[in-house]
Amino acid sequence: MATYLEFIQQNEERDGVRFSWNVWPSSRLEATRMVVPLACLLTPLKERLDLPPVQYEPVLCSRPTCKAVLNPLCQVDYRAKLWACNFCFQRNQFPPAYAGISEVNQPAELMPQFSTIEYIVQRGPQTPLIFLYVVDICLEEEDLQALKESLQMSLSLLPPDALVGLITFGRMVQVHELSCEGISKSYVFRGTKDLTAKQIQDMLGLSRPAVPMQQGRPLQTPEQHIISSRFLQPVHKIDMNLTDLLGELQRDPWPVTQGKRPLRSTGVALSIAVGLLEGTFPNTGARIMLFTGGPPTQGPGMVVGDELKTPIRSWHDIEKDNARFMKKATKHYETLANRSAANGHCIDIYACALDQTGLLEMKCCANLTGGHMVMGDSFNTSLFKQTFQRVFSKGYNGEFRMAFGANLDVKTSRELKIAGAIGPCTSLNAKGPCVSENELGIGGTSQWKICSLDPSTTLAIYFEVVNQHNAPIPQGGRGAVQFVTQYQHSSTQRRIRVTTIARNWADAQTQLQHIEAAFDQEAAAVLMARLGVYRAESEEGPDVLRWLDRQLIRLCQKFGQYNKDDPNSFRLSESFSLYPQFIFHLRRSPFLQVFNNSPDESSYYRHHFARQDLTQSLIMIQPILYAYSFHGPPEPVLLDSSSILPDRILLMDTFFQIVIYLGETIAQWQKAGYQDMPEYENFKHLLQAPLDDAQEILQTRFPMPRYIHTEHGGSQARFLLSKVNPSQTHNNLYAWGQESGAPVLTDDVSLQVFMDHLKKLAVSSAS
Amino acid sequence: MSVNQQAHTGPPYGQPQPGYQGYQQPAYGGPSLPGVPQSQYGAYNGPMPGYQQPVPPQGYFPSLGFPSKGSPVSLNSDTSSLAPNFIGSLRAPPTSGAPPPASGASHPSGHLAYSQFEHGDVQNGIPASAAPMQRPPASQPFLPGSAPTPVSQISTFQQYGPPPASVQQLRNHMAGMTIGSTAASAPPPAGLGYVSGSFSATGSGLHTPYSASQGAPPATVSEGLPLTQPPFPGHTVSTQRLPTQVPGFTPPPPSTGVGPSSYPPTTAAPRPPAMPGPPLPGQTVAGPPSSQPNHVSSPPPSTMAGLHPGPPMSGLHGPPPPTHPPQPGYPMQQNGSFGQMRGPQPNYGGAYPGAPNYGSPPGPPPPPKRLDPDSIPSPQLNELPPQQKPRHRIDPDAIPSPIQVIEDDRNNRGSEPFVTGVRGQVPPLVTTNFLVKDQGNASPRYIRCTSYNIPCTSDMAKQSQVPLAAVIKPLATLPPEETLPYLVDHGESGPVRCNRCKAYMCPFMQFIEGGRRFQCCFCSCVTEVPPHYFQHLDHTGKRVDFYDRPELSLGSYEFLATVDYCKNNKFPSPPAFIFMIDVSYNAVKSGLVRLICEELKSLLDYLPREGNMEESAIRVGFVTYNKVLHFYNVKSSLAQPQMMVVSDVADMFVPLLDGFLVNVNESRTVIASLLDQIPEMFADTRETETVFAPVIQAGLEALKAAECAGKLFIFHTSLPIAEAPGKLKNRDDRKLINTDKEKTLFQPQTSFYNNLAKDCVAQGCCVDLFLFPNQYLDVATLGVVPYQTGGSIYKYAYFQLETDQYRFLNDLRRDVQKEVGFDAVMRVRTSTGIRATDFFGAFYMSNTTDVEMAGLDCDKTITVEFKHDDKLSEDSGALLQCALLYTSCAGQRRLRIHNLSLNCCTQLADLYRNCETDTLINYLAKYAYRGVLSSPVKTVRDSLINQCAQILACYRKNCASPSSAGQLILPECMKLLPVYLNCVLKSDVLQPGPEVTTDDRAYIRQLVTSMDVAETNVFFYPRLLPLTKADVDSDSLPAAIRNSEERLSKGDIYLLENGLNVFVWVGVSVQQSLIQNLFGVSSFSQISNALSTLPVLENPFSKKVRSIVDMLQGQRSRYMKLIIVKQEDKLEMLFKHFLVEDKSLSGGASYVDFLCHMHKEIRQLLS
Repeated sequence: MATYLEFIQQNEERDGVRFSWNVWPSSRLEATRMVVPLACLLTPLKERLDLPPVQYEPVLCSRPTCKAVLNPLCQVDYRAKLWACNFCFQRNQFPPAYAGISEVNQPAELMPQFSTIEYIVQRGPQTPLIFLYVVDICLEEEDLQALKESLQMSLSLLPPDALVGLITFGRMVQVHELSCEGISKSYVFRGTKDLTAKQIQDMLGLSRPAVPMQQGRPLQTPEQHIISSRFLQPVHKIDMNLTDLLGELQRDPWPVTQGKRPLRSTGVALSIAVGLLEGTFPNTGARIMLFTGGPPTQGPGMVVGDELKTPIRSWHDIEKDNARFMKKATKHYETLANRSAANGHCIDIYACALDQTGLLEMKCCANLTGGHMVMGDSFNTSLFKQTFQRVFSKGYNGEFRMAFGANLDVKTSRELKIAGAIGPCTSLNAKGPCVSENELGIGGTSQWKICSLDPSTTLAIYFEVVNQHNAPIPQGGRGAVQFVTQYQHSSTQRRIRVTTIARNWADAQTQLQHIEAAFDQEAAAVLMARLGVYRAESEEGPDVLRWLDRQLIRLCQKFGQYNKDDPNSFRLSESFSLYPQFIFHLRRSPFLQVFNNSPDESSYYRHHFARQDLTQSLIMIQPILYAYSFHGPPEPVLLDSSSILPDRILLMDTFFQIVIYLGETIAQWQKAGYQDMPEYENFKHLLQAPLDDAQEILQTRFPMPRYIHTEHGGSQARFLLSKVNPSQTHNNLYAWGQESGAPVLTDDVSLQVFMDHLKKLAVSSAS
Repeated sequence: MSVNQQAHTGPPYGQPQPGYQGYQQPAYGGPSLPGVPQSQYGAYNGPMPGYQQPVPPQGYFPSLGFPSKGSPVSLNSDTSSLAPNFIGSLRAPPTSGAPPPASGASHPSGHLAYSQFEHGDVQNGIPASAAPMQRPPASQPFLPGSAPTPVSQISTFQQYGPPPASVQQLRNHMAGMTIGSTAASAPPPAGLGYVSGSFSATGSGLHTPYSASQGAPPATVSEGLPLTQPPFPGHTVSTQRLPTQVPGFTPPPPSTGVGPSSYPPTTAAPRPPAMPGPPLPGQTVAGPPSSQPNHVSSPPPSTMAGLHPGPPMSGLHGPPPPTHPPQPGYPMQQNGSFGQMRGPQPNYGGAYPGAPNYGSPPGPPPPPKRLDPDSIPSPQLNELPPQQKPRHRIDPDAIPSPIQVIEDDRNNRGSEPFVTGVRGQVPPLVTTNFLVKDQGNASPRYIRCTSYNIPCTSDMAKQSQVPLAAVIKPLATLPPEETLPYLVDHGESGPVRCNRCKAYMCPFMQFIEGGRRFQCCFCSCVTEVPPHYFQHLDHTGKRVDFYDRPELSLGSYEFLATVDYCKNNKFPSPPAFIFMIDVSYNAVKSGLVRLICEELKSLLDYLPREGNMEESAIRVGFVTYNKVLHFYNVKSSLAQPQMMVVSDVADMFVPLLDGFLVNVNESRTVIASLLDQIPEMFADTRETETVFAPVIQAGLEALKAAECAGKLFIFHTSLPIAEAPGKLKNRDDRKLINTDKEKTLFQPQTSFYNNLAKDCVAQGCCVDLFLFPNQYLDVATLGVVPYQTGGSIYKYAYFQLETDQYRFLNDLRRDVQKEVGFDAVMRVRTSTGIRATDFFGAFYMSNTTDVEMAGLDCDKTITVEFKHDDKLSEDSGALLQCALLYTSCAGQRRLRIHNLSLNCCTQLADLYRNCETDTLINYLAKYAYRGVLSSPVKTVRDSLINQCAQILACYRKNCASPSSAGQLILPECMKLLPVYLNCVLKSDVLQPGPEVTTDDRAYIRQLVTSMDVAETNVFFYPRLLPLTKADVDSDSLPAAIRNSEERLSKGDIYLLENGLNVFVWVGVSVQQSLIQNLFGVSSFSQISNALSTLPVLENPFSKKVRSIVDMLQGQRSRYMKLIIVKQEDKLEMLFKHFLVEDKSLSGGASYVDFLCHMHKEIRQLLS
């Protein structure tokens, strides 16, 4: 094992886990002094080409409170056919099927390379995947048409046996019955009335009469199918029907008078969708896919009134406590999200409109259930179309990159406790011996529900070292964590993926350098960012920034090398060197800064930040900038205004946007049409290069980033200018000369200033 | 009365009397025919009875009493053809015919005849019991009576069969009658002479009756009950024959007579026994009838023939043949009936004095006494009090006959067009077919008044108690020969109106100052004539353009409304029809859903159109429902209809806008597809519960959303018990009948529907409800919205596809196609002095003056009552202007104006001379039917009787010439008031029989409230046509006969219609050939009473009957249910319910009884 970097990378590839600290401080006290908590980013379903699932049940520790899964870290007595749980030290008998076990004949789960292993288990009836489209029909004709086409197209992408349903809404909410021949039938609900799940089920005729219940269970299953089949049908059966039905969808026919917004009953529509699934397929993987083209304007969950003269709430309004519908609406959607999550159904939101659509209020629907959130300007854009298509993309093995109803169970060895998780999950409220009293994120539990996840879905899980200072861990002792993820695979199989990792303990007082070296500053930055963003949801922006700053300063104080009160003497080791810069960009990011962002945008950005894996998260924090020029091959350059040079083409990837920026000279050349001249073919290639690279990114990213092609002085250049470190501004432009870069008109501090302050504060003996 | 009478007469008459008493008066009343008509009546009666008699003749006739009348008729007939038929028996009679003269002696007084019979009875019945005994006495009295009458045999004839009298009497009467007719004066004299004869003669139609009764009393003694009476007459006739022939005979008749009538009680016991004996004689009796004819004929032949040759003839023919055979059977029946009768008797007693009389002989006696004193005949009485009394029954033929009145009016006024130019003209009766020429007053088809002469002061009005009311049918359909109201456009400023009272320009406006101004005929305010409307006046003060402008020269016309007359100041959109079909299990299973859908496919092409428009502007929408509602999107651009289910019934809304209401032609294929699929979709439904209020709400919301008025056609099957607003519970409780809580059965369960109706009216949402209940579904509540929105309710209990579909489909077609206005507001303006104070009908009123109707079709009628608030002047008369603002079926906003001028009077006599009884009954029925909502039914009935008694008493006191108090004197125009009133009192709402359901009552109550005069007329007094008398070669209807079982011959087939049902009654002895011709089966027993239509057979008789039925169906706004009733079949009970001159099973009095009762009431008022 060469370096920690390699170790980290290897671990990530094998287990989908990145820890902030890869050597753990052995006492609680020390751990708290490390500032960055012991935590990890877990990608439960990380794609593993080399991981064939095994077709049997995992072997569990027999201690009721433990139930850890047999793993390579367990001590095995091959002769006695016993194994000792490495979490609770319970000694367990191997099950009869393991009778032939020996040192040379080991089951996969005992092999070290299978620290992550996946089981396919047979539990309960397999139910097909369920997709329930909830479609806004208060759209412009063009948008609606595009959306209809996308939806029709999606039918061909679904697995043939998947169940599909359709709810449309505008002023009313229509639940379409798909089983009928000839005449299309739908149940209509008033968009203004909040209905309880019971009412909805009654009205849809889903409630089962009391009589059959008495007749015994055998009857129940078929009947349930009959009932639910009215609204949810296998794609292969009603493909044509549904295509026609979608084709015939009309815009909401209710007249919208001048100066009014169309009445859009998103709240009720979602409520009905949730109620419908709740009544028919509880605890089965299902996706409610909400397509909306504007804010909910009536009924429960309304975000804004229908008067156009009253604009939708802005951050300003929210700060002034002037958003009259926000709290109520949020509460409505939270209730729905929780109900949905409880039943293992996820809610996707595809919101395409130029104005806000109420994502702020609805975000919890996607956040708590693991649903997607996509924001675009129009359904008639490739951004939406391709993003939507990508929802149904398949992995290397031809399986959908989606899984449902995951139940993540985290087990720790005794020295650790679980403080919480941040990600697209809800608590299952599983109290246990390994649950900490201190909460970070969603805490108080050792189990979370993730209603929907894909191979990149990543949770941040925070731990607390509880080992007391005076109870040292024996040399060579290792702490272990086991992640047990039970989920419904897209093939409808129930699977269990078990990842067991172990890290060495180190005494922070004596072996700080080990710990320091094993610091994963990328993971730490993302983990801290998640905490910050999580806090930002509930706290004032400045407070969060202050907290973040203080954490950074404390970290620097702890791990920096400096002389007291001498900023110039301040040095950070390599393993920490990038960390302040990440934090600098994080502070400026839309995740923490709401300025210039609408509440919807903030929610959107935060949503994605809370579920993407480490790499993507880092891109979000600190966008990547590539430079293309005649001076050499494309190279990454500093995210700094000084990188903006006239003879360069810049390609910036902020995760949400891909910006191609032509420097001043390049732009002029292009205008002059040199690229069309045979003798300047190289220029043409230069222009093409970033486009190709951008395409590559676009191909893989979910959601599709906004693609921006701009040039020096172009209005869209703001996307670039707002991201780069403003090393040159109107304040210092002349001092720095015109040699390099383009000035950014901002009062924001530059990285340089930030670092200067940081050093000063870190070395200050006052703090 | 009765009681007293009984007391009086009791002793003398003995048993018989009681019965008689009751009858007496009424009977008398009956006999007296209106002066003028008398002659005719007499004649008619004659014929009439004749017809009926024919049947009875054998056994019954005598008893029925028909004979009397019949006899005269028969006479004619006999002459012609009857004889042949009767032959055997008849001939016997002829022989008897000889007797007539002899009888003639007896005849002198009809009584004699009776007496004879009775005697006969006695003889026969002697063994029986006192009853027979009584009779004899009665007969005796008669004799005396007759003696006085001495006039001649003729007189006797008259008595008997007032009919026979007709001939001679006619003459006599005519003289006296005519005189008396108007005033009672004439009667008195006649009384004496007539008295005896008078019964029949009855000086003045009505008056005489009384006198007769009085006089009669002795004779009549008791008319006991009408039934008895009839017998008498019959007897009389027969007597004539009998006397000569055989005493034995006589018995039969009485017995029979008794049987049918109430007799059974008294005589019952005795008679029955007699019966057996009689039967034989009965046969012989049959003879008598024939003889009667002979007799009759002999006396009046010439006149008779002249009068009613036709009818009698035919009548006779028909009946005779059958009669013979049946005879035997009849008697039997009678026997049976007697037995039954006994049971019932007590009941009767309860119901009417008369009845009790029957039951208890003692009762009767007293009445006679009274009568005696009053009546001239007293001497007679003295002579033969006992006999007379028992005998005296009022001769049913002698009491005012609706048939006669109708026939007279038809003959007198049917030929001339009714020109409306003259103020206060009384139009012909509704039953008369006449043309109207509008010359300044609205046609009676639009407005009819209870009186065309209004008392000048409220004191007078109060004194007379005659309600002043107008029955208005603003959108009435006119016959093709009459022109529709012209449409007048006064331009942008709208119709010219009075500045103060806002009355519209009409022929009565007075132009002054050279035409620059006009003075309002209602409020006298002077208004400037708008410049564009100015026109010079000619030398008479008329505008030069008088004849060019409908609003100046016509009574009815329309204005084009301007936008000011529209809701929200916006011209209305064309209205919409929404079809809302119950698809619950019952509806689907019965095939109803499929039927409706099939029908709608073609029916949609016949939506009402305006004038000559190519296609209807009306848009249509479809909803089906059970526990939830299904709306359908049938937009033309769709390949398939879309169904939208709304289950949120608690908070109804319309799930779609575009595509719900569509143009039929544009969406034809989609609609067709929908209608094809609806029955399929719900074929397997298991849903049995329904909602109702949400259905209406849905329609309402749909119309609201479309911003138009319209009509909902709801097809509903069951009590809405599903959880939803307006949910109802089964609260049917027959125990409430005749309690103070009975009214709750007519009231809605919940006020929810009232509020809903209010909303509907505000939007112009009219609801037509088609009900197909298999059990109680609370029509009283479900009907609230249709009722208040001006809609209609149709009810098909126990709907069965095979039997009821034709009727339902016809109703549906008619309902969909008929002319209709929407969002209507009607106001009635009157000249100063009177004011519209009360309104009856299907509508909603938010204030006290404006009648609001979401929809108003051509059959809906509003009855308006007026009260004085000041004095009127004889010179200026009184004016009514009814203005109806409505939206036409093409969405045009219009005002329809009807003007009517009435006379005013200071003399009560003028008032009574210009009344219209049919209209009065229409008003009284509606008034009473509304009363049951708030008062116990008994109170309502009493107040009705009381009011009518007051009306008649006032006349007697103030207008009739002095006469003895025992005389019942009725105004000529109101002589049918008692019989019609009795029909109202006996109607299902006011006196339900055991088979009448609560729903039926509520249904009828609401139905009657919107009826026009013609409908109430036939509804309360059904039309009874002897089909076998129909002339196969002409397209005329056979002459109607009176609604009494006595008039039915078991050898004939009759048709009875009341606007809701058509009965075809088949006598047991009908010729096989007729049965074969009409039903296509070979025998009586094979006739199926499950038939809902008559089989189509290619023979003249079948064609004729079917054409009659079709014609009747065409005259009614609803398709009547055809019911085949076989004599002696179970269903006959149902049929008998409609024989309104007879006692009803539910306790309703017979005509004669009721007349007596009224007389008593009047006398009480007078004393």
